[in-house]
Amino acid sequence: MNVIDAQIFTELQDSAGADFVAELVQTFLEDAPGLLQTLRQAHMSGDAAGFRRAAHTLKSNGNTFGALHLAELARELEQRGQQPLSTGEADDAELAARLQNLEQAYAHCAAALRSLGHA
Amino acid sequence: MRDDAARLLLVDDNRVNRLLLARQLGQLGHQTELAENGREALRMLRERRYDLLVLDIEMPEMDGFEVLSRMLEDPELRELPVIVTSALEGLANVVRCIELGAEDYLSKPVNPVLLKARIGASLEKKRLRDAQRELVSRFATLEVAQDLERSGFSLGGRRVHGAVLFCDIRGFTGLVETLAPEQVIELLNTYYTLMFDAISGMGGVVNQIIGDGLMAIFGAPLPLEQPAAAAVAAALEMVAMMEQFSREQLAAGLPPLRIGIGIASGDMVAGYTGTQQRATYTCVGDTVNLAARLEAHTKEAGRAILIDAATQLALQGQVPTEALGPVLLKGKAAAVEVYAVLGDR
Repeated sequence: MNVIDAQIFTELQDSAGADFVAELVQTFLEDAPGLLQTLRQAHMSGDAAGFRRAAHTLKSNGNTFGALHLAELARELEQRGQQPLSTGEADDAELAARLQNLEQAYAHCAAALRSLGHA
Repeated sequence: MRDDAARLLLVDDNRVNRLLLARQLGQLGHQTELAENGREALRMLRERRYDLLVLDIEMPEMDGFEVLSRMLEDPELRELPVIVTSALEGLANVVRCIELGAEDYLSKPVNPVLLKARIGASLEKKRLRDAQRELVSRFATLEVAQDLERSGFSLGGRRVHGAVLFCDIRGFTGLVETLAPEQVIELLNTYYTLMFDAISGMGGVVNQIIGDGLMAIFGAPLPLEQPAAAAVAAALEMVAMMEQFSREQLAAGLPPLRIGIGIASGDMVAGYTGTQQRATYTCVGDTVNLAARLEAHTKEAGRAILIDAATQLALQGQVPTEALGPVLLKGKAAAVEVYAVLGDR
């Protein structure tokens, strides 16, 4: 499976304009690292609402660009943020692992979006 | 600019979404201003007028649900159409938005075609609502207009008890022939201004104007304690105003104006009728027909104000009347009791 769903990305370019989408990608690449950082911090401080919102934003953006895997991982974390974040060490470790997965998925997604921008 | 370009406020904390939606709205030809959270949006809504709000739900500071609740409590903002765009999942969230007064709910990422259709429909609805408000404010008193706003402009009638008044200028056709068109318009304007004042002063609503004739309703859409008495009081005022106006006319070497008024009381069906594009408040029923026939009969009876038996009964003797006996009115199978209101000659 491609990191970026080609059909979704092309449709976005067709409706909003390729130049505009390039700018939009740039905006996403600027904002996403901050959102990932917010997730880490919210996890450590137990701020479930902040955690949920950051995951929600990443999910929404992932879906916009066709980064469906990233969106799905973010979606799971958004759901997780409906409850209190820390309920024990095992939980903490699991959540940390999921955050790492998300960061990895974002790295792939960012690389793919950059190469699409240069294509 | 006013015609197609609407002024929209777009609220989203997510920069990517904000830029993309603003782009899509711009492509539709709308002027869009941006806010980053609910608190900022509410502040902007209270400072300026917008035609539509495009609202995100999940936001810091103040979320979309809270914005919708605050708007519901604010009479100035309650009527502004809101389209929610959100990546929140679950039917419960959609239902909550609709219950809080949102016009529509679009899932993110927003499909541009769907967005266009929903925005178009919402703006059209708002235009219709604004036009109706304008119409109502011209035809009704402030109280009635406010009541209508509160109850909403639903098409379809309901049964009400009230009084209907028809008024006409006597010998208007002959009068028109002696005057220049500009003079006729000026005369009609003065006539309508005076009649509207008398009618709305007694709590009535003018709902139709045909040529020199007008129809007014007492007791709907706003209930009146004594609709028949109010209608008769308005009629007496109208006649008095016309007498004074005629004296001024005569003094200026212009023809006097005489009017005839018919009033009937009873049940009728009142409400908005028409299409979504053009609606008007009216009422129908036998009471309405009877009032129109009584007005027509004023000419033959040589009286200014004629009322039916129900109206006469409702007056409880507070206004002197004279029984003219049963009259067979045009279009009526049986003769009806007709009364002339005195003190008007």
